[in-house]
This record gives sequence, structure tokens and C-alpha cells, in this order.
Amino acid sequence: MQDQPLHEPQFALHVEDLTVTYGAQPALWDIDLDIPPGVMAAVVGPNGSGKSTLLKSVLGLIRPVAGHVRIFGRPIAQGRGRVGYVPQRSAVDWDFPTTVLDVVTMGLYARIGWLRRPGRAHRDQAMAALAELGMQDFADRQISQLSGGQQQRVFIARALVQQADLYLLDEPLAAVDATTERIIMDLLKRLRDQGRTIVVVHHDLTTVRRYFDWMVMLNVRIIGQGPVAQVFTAENLRAAYGGQLALIEGGAVDPADPHP
Amino acid sequence: MTAVLEALGLLFQPGIVQTVVLGAALLGGLAGALGAFAVLRQQSLLGDALSHATLPGVCLGFLVAGSRDLGAILLGAFLAGGLAALSIMLITRATRLKTDAALGIVLSVFFAAGVVLLTVAQGQPGAAQAGLSTFLFGQAAAILRTDLWIMSGVAALAAGTLAALWKEVKLVTFDPDYARALGLPVLLIEGVVTLLIALAIVVGLQLAGVILMVALLIAPAAAARQWVRSLGAMVWLSAGLGAAAGITGALISATGRGLSTGPVVVLVASALVLASMLLAPERGLIWRWGRAARARRGIAGRRVLAAFHGLAEAHDDPAYPTEEGMLTTLIGRPGPGVMERLERDGMIRRVDHPPETTRHWELTERGHDRAKRDQGGRP
Ligand SMILES: Nc1ncnc2c1ncn2[C@@H]1O[C@H](COP(=O)(O)OP(=O)(O)O)[C@@H](O)[C@H]1O
Ligand SMILES: [Mg+2]
Repeated sequence: MQDQPLHEPQFALHVEDLTVTYGAQPALWDIDLDIPPGVMAAVVGPNGSGKSTLLKSVLGLIRPVAGHVRIFGRPIAQGRGRVGYVPQRSAVDWDFPTTVLDVVTMGLYARIGWLRRPGRAHRDQAMAALAELGMQDFADRQISQLSGGQQQRVFIARALVQQADLYLLDEPLAAVDATTERIIMDLLKRLRDQGRTIVVVHHDLTTVRRYFDWMVMLNVRIIGQGPVAQVFTAENLRAAYGGQLALIEGGAVDPADPHP
Repeated sequence: MTAVLEALGLLFQPGIVQTVVLGAALLGGLAGALGAFAVLRQQSLLGDALSHATLPGVCLGFLVAGSRDLGAILLGAFLAGGLAALSIMLITRATRLKTDAALGIVLSVFFAAGVVLLTVAQGQPGAAQAGLSTFLFGQAAAILRTDLWIMSGVAALAAGTLAALWKEVKLVTFDPDYARALGLPVLLIEGVVTLLIALAIVVGLQLAGVILMVALLIAPAAAARQWVRSLGAMVWLSAGLGAAAGITGALISATGRGLSTGPVVVLVASALVLASMLLAPERGLIWRWGRAARARRGIAGRRVLAAFHGLAEAHDDPAYPTEEGMLTTLIGRPGPGVMERLERDGMIRRVDHPPETTRHWELTERGHDRAKRDQGGRP
């Protein structure tokens, strides 16, 4: 692959003019997005607002009709090694016959390379990642025998072994128990403090301020992006959530600026 | 008995029976191993669509070659299967149709075309000798010694490919999006697996026919899934069950009575599925019923202990003798075996409470402890 000149390398993630459609319906419309390195960013928006589509487009899993994406200045094909992905838990069949350790080891497959099997060292890396998520005792467990929170932690351990600089997580806190939520957030904070960039699709508006320092509000278009305090406003929430705003004004969340 | 011995005897003489048995074993093993991936990708219908779709290829191969030239027929079958796979992919990509709809469309269109071509081909001279209609349900007796080499070749190709691409195939089967995110060529790997499945179908046509072929792919894998804890074990066991079904079915049909091999092999494989669904530990129905019954008994037992404990506390007498009728009034019949089990576990004991002659129970020390612990909400 020829080396293109870097484009906007000052950002961990740079998205420009991105439009994605399924059939005729746009799922993302003319997205411009920049996420600086070392932040913990929440991507919020109502159901169907294109959050998962955004992550998949960044990873090159969906071909956009327009626009481009850069990871630390490089196109995704050359930046893959620096990106870790945690898909939505529902993306796979958890009845697949395999063990926790095996799933986590999958995060190393690209690095292990063709025609080679995972070895002792890879196993140790996977065990270390499991330990970070308090799952070391589950290494030999069938994945079909895990709770939702444990499944989520396995997925995160799999991304963790990738040793990425940019992590993309799709609803890692959806329907998990309180213990899992704390373990995951502690880990993500540690990663952020090591200088990694964390992008989390997040559905719970009540915890945005507590957990995140950066925010992207999305509803097919970008509603707002930047430090949480600037973006998490009643005005933006109304723009993103529209009719569902009653829920928000009911006091469940506490936007930075209650009087637009 | 003598018939079985006779059949086993035939197995060790070079001849038609040995050829059929070897062919059925090879094919059962090959289809079983590859079927594991179809089952896990929830693409059982893909196998069905591909095998039905080979029929027009079989007929065209015959029409072009003008005789029973197996090479031409199998090549035609393979090309038709490939075209069908391609059509399915294009339909799901280019339209809003879901995969199962695309599979259904391709299956029926190709099969309909096949039936029409079959009618045409049967008007040709030589069609009867070519035994074209046997490709519908298969005719194992038509398998030749040389066909075994083709089957072995395909089996070796499949085994070699799976061994070489093992971890990639596993990841693509489990989580294709993640595989793509890691940079694996997912489309290529899926294509290779589909190609191997198509090859297995094509070489299996003579034995099982286009209609029953899918059962040889799916049944051993569905049975194997019940017993295993890893993909490797599933593929091996599925291959083993497929081969076993092939050998058993071929021997059964060799004992005479004019049973044709393909359907018998399919029936044996189906029996394996049924047995596995019932008997497998953890996933089998019987095991699950047992577990549910144990859980029900456990809950019933706890309710009995709680009721006794409550009555004892109400009467301020830990040894309060509760009449069984009282218990039934309070919580209903505890169910068969529940009281006996509690007694055996030393939670309750029978006591006499004259002048009444009905059965009475009192809670033991252990029973009180357990009831108190349950109250605390701990298991
Ligand atoms: N594979 C697909 N085919 C067709 N439409 C899709 C597909 N995936 C998502 N969509 C549609 O695109 C929109 C955005 O979906 P998604 O990115 O999953 O939203 P979110 O993750 O924010 O809930 C939704 O309207 C959804 O119905
Ligand atoms: Mg989503």
C-alpha cells in the first residue's frame, strides 16, 4: 500500500462529509466529526439515529455513499491495527460452541497472522485481559453460560488484547448489572488515562456527565460535538430527541443549561 | 442376524457394496464436517438452496455431453450451484429482501428450471441409461470405484483448507463484522466455505440426490452440536456421525429388500439427531427436564420448610407437630417425593401426635436452620 500523506493527524478520529444510506433512507447525513486523542467520548442519540452505523462506517464495515474517515490521519485500511472494536452484544450468537478464553484470543488473530495457531504467549495475553475485567475465573466457561454482563466483559477483553489506541464500543453498558458497569467504566478510565481514545455509544443520559469528558450528539446529522459541558444542553437535547424531550425535562437528566 | 453378518461380509470384499459403503462414509464425513459451518451460520437453507439449484446443471451437463459423462454432469451441477450462490448474494445486496427470501426464490427458480430441463433431457436418447432421474433422490448403486477418488479428493481439499484457515474460518463464522474490523477478507473466507459446501453437495448428488442432500449436511451437525463444547469437537464429531450414518445406512440397504441407500442414510442421520436432542448432557431434553424437575422439587421443599417454620414460630414451639392436611391447606400438595426427600435430607421427621392417627411432621434443627437461611434470601 502506498503511503498517502497524513490528513488531519492531530485527531484520533476525523470524519468528513460522511453520508450513509440503507436503500434510499439516509442513516447518516453529511457528518463532520473530530475527536481529539485522549478523550472519553460519548455518542448519544435516540434509537435509530445512526450511532451503530457511525461506528461501522468508521471501521469500514459499511461503504458510505460519500465522505471519508481518518484514524490518526490514516485511512482505515492502514489504521486498523490501532482500532479496537466492541460490537453490540446482540451481534453474535452466544450459543456458539466455544469458550471465553477462545473468544478473547480472537482479538489477536490479525496479529498472529495466516497459517499460525495461537500459542502460549497469546493465551497469557488473553488471560491478562480477562483479569482486567474480573473474568479470569471464567476462562474455560462456555460462552452460552454467561450472564449479559459477563458476555459484555468478554467482548471488551477481546478488544483489550488488540492494544489499540482508539477504542470504539457500541452500547457496552446496555442491560448490564451494576458491578459490570463499574468494572467497565474503571477500565475505560484507565485506558483513557494511558492516553488512549475511547468512543462509547451510550444510551443513559443520566450518567453522561459522570462518565465522559467529550460528547457527540447525533440524530442522522451531528447535533453537537465537543466537551460535555458545551454539548449537553437542553437545546441540543431537544434537537436530538424531539418529542421524547418530556422524558428528559421530567428531571431524569440535568443538562448544563436548563434555559435555552 | 445372518443378514447383518452377510452385509458385513460383503463389506470386506471388493465389490459394489464395499464401494457404496466407502462412498457413503466419505460423503457422510465430508458433508457432516462442512455442515457444521452451515448450521452455526444459521444457513441451513443455503445448503438446501444450493443442492436444489444443482439440478439444472445436472441436466445441462447431460444435454451438452450427450451421455452419462459424470465429469460433465458434476461440472454442470457445480456451476449451477455456484451461480445460485452468486444470485443469492446479489439479491440480498441489491434489494431489501432478507436472506431467507432470497434463498427461497433462488431455490424454487433453479429447481423449477431443473425439473423442466429434466423433462427435456429425458426425451433424448440415452437418458434412461444416464439415469438422470436418479439425481432427484440419488442412486448409490451407480457409484463407481473411480468416483471414490473424486470424493476423496474433495474431502482432502476440504480438510486441508479448514486446517489451514482454521482460526479465520472460526472467527468469520462466529462474528463476521469483528473479523472485518480486524481486516480479515471476510467475503473471501465465506466464499471459500460456501465453495466447499457446494463441492460436497455436488459429489454427494449421486448418493443422496438434490432433494435429500441437505439432510446430510445439516443432520450430523445438528446432532453434534448437542454434545460438544468447541468448534473443533463439533466438526470432528459431525464428520464422525455423518460417516457412521453413511456406513450404517449403506449396510442396511445392502441387506436387500430393495431399500435405496440415500434415504436410509438420511433416516439414520435423523435418528442420530433425535437421540442427541433427547439424550445429550446439559443440552438434551431429558437432562433439561431433570433439571427443571429438580428445581421444582427444591422450591417445593423450601416452601414446606418455610410453612413448618412459620407454624412452629407461631406456636412458639420448635418441635411443633404439623399435620400434613394443615400443610396442604397452607401451600397445596407439595408434589410427589418432596416430603420423602426432605426427610432423607434430615430436614423434617415423622412424629406421632396421639390421639390423631394422621401423619404429622416436625422440623429438625437442620430444617429450622435452612428455613431461616432461606428467609434471609440466601440459597
Ligand atoms: N442493515 C440495515 N439495513 C437497513 N436499514 C438499517 C440497517 N441497519 C440499520 N438500519 C437503519 O438505519 C438507521 C440507523 O440505525 P443504527 O445505526 O443501528 O441506529 P442506532 O445504533 O443509533 O440505534 C435505523 O433507522 C435503522 O433502522
Ligand atoms: Mg445501535
